[in-house]
Amino acid sequence: MGVVAFAIIRVRDLFAAVMLSGIFSLLAAVLYVDLGAVDVAFTEAAVGVGIATLLFVAAISLTTGKEKAPKKSRAMPLFVVIVTGMILLWGTLDMPHYGDPNAPANKHVVPRYLEQSGKEIGLPNVVTSVLASYRGYDTLGETFVIFTAGLDALVLLGRGRNRWRPGMRSNPKDEEREEEV
Amino acid sequence: METVLGLFNFWAVVVLMMAGFYIVIAHENLIKKVVGLNVFQVAVFVFFISMSKVDGGTAPILGEQFSVYGNPLPHVLILTAIVVGIATTALGLAMIVRIRDSFDTIEDDELFALEEADG
Repeated sequence: MGVVAFAIIRVRDLFAAVMLSGIFSLLAAVLYVDLGAVDVAFTEAAVGVGIATLLFVAAISLTTGKEKAPKKSRAMPLFVVIVTGMILLWGTLDMPHYGDPNAPANKHVVPRYLEQSGKEIGLPNVVTSVLASYRGYDTLGETFVIFTAGLDALVLLGRGRNRWRPGMRSNPKDEEREEEV
Repeated sequence: METVLGLFNFWAVVVLMMAGFYIVIAHENLIKKVVGLNVFQVAVFVFFISMSKVDGGTAPILGEQFSVYGNPLPHVLILTAIVVGIATTALGLAMIVRIRDSFDTIEDDELFALEEADG
């Protein structure tokens, strides 16, 4: 995954970058299966690899496929990234170790979910029980977020080429207005 | 040695996250920035999922023959986060298409130059 991430930094063809980001998501999905998160893995494979790549390709086809060569020096961003990375690495030092069953994250409400959800909800898959029942409002909020994002995208892109849109260069009405001013 | 093995997952996540962060702040092209944001997001997802792993635990699907399960809660949170992530990506890309419509460029520095020129 690291190799793919660095390839994305280097490559200047946007189409290649998007395909690499799809590969990156797919590798992440494989990793999730390995870590026992099967629900997350198939969501990532469907949404992260499928829909995201589709959206990116659509956006590229509507805009441009090439990234221009950098003009400024990239020393400053690199410096910021390295400093931030160092701080984060320092922050990991007192994190619970990988696979630790006594980590705080595994101790709070989770044993209850694992022991009771089979009886209370009646589903073998604990992830589904928590998602749809214990945290149902979370999921409801999530659907609102998607709805709003879809609505915004439609408003931004509009329908039909001739509709007036403020600030659009190739817009006859806009040019008329500028002349009036 | 135990520390290195125990924290290796976090260190890998930090490297991936910083790669995404670098793409977002160092590249001028807006689509590339959104790709970087996606890389960053996936790094955060890996961070959560790797925390949910319990030694010897299986996927959290109840069965007679298993007694140790992974932590289901991060899985749920990340399921939500993946879907919200695609929503933000879609919105960002829609904005980029719209910016291209208005200014005929999707390079950040050129947009700044246009803004300066407009006064």
